[in-house]
Amino acid sequence: MNNKLVQCSLFLLSMLSLPACAALNIFATVPEWGALAREIGGDQVRVYNATTAFQDPHRIEAKPSLLAQARQANLVLAVGADLEVGWLPLVLRDSGNATIQPGRPGYFEAAAFVSRLEVPGVIDRGHGDVHAAGNPHIHLDPRNILKVGEALSVRMAELDAANAAVYQAGFKVFAGKWQAALSRWEKESAPLRGVSVLVHHASFVYLNHWLGMKEVGSLEPKPGVEPSSGHLTALLARQQTTPARLVLRTAYQQDGPSLWMAGKAGIPAVLLPYTVGGTPEAKDLFGLFDDTLQRLLKALR
Amino acid sequence: MLHKPFAMAALLVASCGAQAASDADLAAIRSQINEMKKSYEQRIAALEEKLSQAEGKATRAEATAGKAEVVANEASLKVRQPQTSAAAFNPEISLILSGSYTNLKQNPSERRLQGFVPANGELMPEGRSFNLGESELIIAANIDPLFRGTLRLALAPDNTLGVEEASIQTLGLGQGFNLKAGRFLSGVGYLNEQHPHQWDFSDAPLSYQAFFGNALGMDGVQARWLAPTPLFLEFGAETARAMSFPATDESKDKNGLMSATAFVHVGDDVGVSHSWRGGISYFATQPKDRSYDDPLNGLSNSFSGSSRTWIADLLWKWAPNGNAGYRNLKLQGEYFHRTESGDLVYDTANTAQQGSYSNSQSGFYAQAVYQFMPDWRIGYRYDRLSSGSANIGLVSNGTLSAADFPLLANYSPSRNTLMVDWSPSEYSRLRLQFAQDKTRPEATDNQLWLQYVMSLGAHGAHKF
Repeated sequence: MNNKLVQCSLFLLSMLSLPACAALNIFATVPEWGALAREIGGDQVRVYNATTAFQDPHRIEAKPSLLAQARQANLVLAVGADLEVGWLPLVLRDSGNATIQPGRPGYFEAAAFVSRLEVPGVIDRGHGDVHAAGNPHIHLDPRNILKVGEALSVRMAELDAANAAVYQAGFKVFAGKWQAALSRWEKESAPLRGVSVLVHHASFVYLNHWLGMKEVGSLEPKPGVEPSSGHLTALLARQQTTPARLVLRTAYQQDGPSLWMAGKAGIPAVLLPYTVGGTPEAKDLFGLFDDTLQRLLKALR
Repeated sequence: MLHKPFAMAALLVASCGAQAASDADLAAIRSQINEMKKSYEQRIAALEEKLSQAEGKATRAEATAGKAEVVANEASLKVRQPQTSAAAFNPEISLILSGSYTNLKQNPSERRLQGFVPANGELMPEGRSFNLGESELIIAANIDPLFRGTLRLALAPDNTLGVEEASIQTLGLGQGFNLKAGRFLSGVGYLNEQHPHQWDFSDAPLSYQAFFGNALGMDGVQARWLAPTPLFLEFGAETARAMSFPATDESKDKNGLMSATAFVHVGDDVGVSHSWRGGISYFATQPKDRSYDDPLNGLSNSFSGSSRTWIADLLWKWAPNGNAGYRNLKLQGEYFHRTESGDLVYDTANTAQQGSYSNSQSGFYAQAVYQFMPDWRIGYRYDRLSSGSANIGLVSNGTLSAADFPLLANYSPSRNTLMVDWSPSEYSRLRLQFAQDKTRPEATDNQLWLQYVMSLGAHGAHKF
């Protein structure tokens, strides 16, 4: 114990940089994967989240603070599917950190381990901000969390062989709890099956797919294009033929368009946490799905 | 016609019969009705069961369809990959298109920065009315796991092609190091590395126009090192054949190192809503026979000696919760200071009189750009230069008078610029800009720009 303390303080003195003597220094681009790494790694990992739930993950800049953090990371946890294309490649290149370059074990893309929805047949910017590799908001199907978690625990064990058993055990415990929560959520969410919803942006494709909800329209005329009054009016007119019962948005999206639609159509506008930290209740991954379901069920009542 | 009376008779008989019906008959009818009710209820229950079975089948079919969709997606990904694998090695290609309409009060050919030797950069706006801007073609790709290559060509409106950038850089050298070689934009200052399509205004700040001719380009090598600290701390150095003013390395008649830079950048976040970056940069070069034409007396003079430039830059960005999509503010400023000393040759074409020369010049710009709603930004920029009073040996020893160097007469050029721009997506921008330009004592120029800047193809990440 004493020996470890001495080692730690020596390391701290020599580097003056690492704030904790964690075995793995993880740079997560979004909070959900940072939370997953923490579930698996516990005290063995130090996790830095590059963004919060209140920031649009499509529009992040290669800030100096991100470069400084990437410089010291052992593992970069990215979503992939081009979500971070506007800033992450630059941060990785300019960090001068060899271990986190794409293709190396220190670079992990979550979207590579799940089947993606909405893979476009036609790739044309005339259709808005489309992602050639499919919709990148994969974490809102909790079954994907399990798939990514399994791959992540293997990767963490590979990078930090000394603690491999810790990560495997951490994932096992997490997976057990997650399976139990999953069957609970699937029971609780029965009333949501078949419910038609409007969304602000295509952020909830995987959530709708899991819960069996039907997305009947998006407030954005094209992905990434701000809602216009003309498009909203047209959507409202469609309420006559294909009525939606809820309007969904994330914590980082402006409430104006969904409140307008909710008021005109007489349906509730629902703010969903979208990721860990998006609401006070969504403290971790379990809280994220607990709160998401509670908010949806409450709005339906 | 015969039917009618018969039917009426039958009705009469029936009603008579009903009136005559006893309580026993009524009970029989009731039991019959009850039986019918029971059988209907059974049939309804059977139908309901069938319906619920069908519904169950439908949901199962839906679930199967969902699974099938996932499988199909996976399959299509698998199918698509081999098809694109050959093309996947193609580099990222992007193209920037720009153009403008300008309305100027003064003749653009008479524009000069009084007190400053012309820096040979394009003095924008180039002309009145419609102007095609530079079309930039950018091709970049990872070469192998160790190197990345970038080529940036500028197709000028006069149909000439310029190699603005052709560089290789290391990938993941490790320990925070990055090396670059070839032609590139120097890492000094803040704006220097940014391409014109990234500028927040239609033209470069006066400081960049006066000190570097829009941007300091290099043919050489660059090394950067990012310190392993929680604070962003980056050191850089370059040695190169400088491609632009104030160097004159183009003569290519000297071995060794001619121009060099050194810079340090620091930066961090303050809370979740603020980020900043600051820097100090130094550029030193030894111009030799750097000639300039004085537009006011038509003579050519030339300078040889040393030229040193210091730059301090600061950038501050704010966005509520760090979410820049809806509202954000960007404050930016840079200060330049250049000292030059050496020999000045007067009228190189005729008398070629030689004497000492020294001067200390400075300039700065400060700007604020505010995005007040999605897609819309307004900005203001203030520019000011101070030409300093040149110490010219030929003037102080009485050989010539200060009037023989009219361009070098002391002046402080300044400019106010306002702009509003609209970007319906991150790939397109339309900008309206108004500038009040006081860069020479005899005239104030009012410049109105209407400009488009668009990018198509793969478009890489932008620096902070």
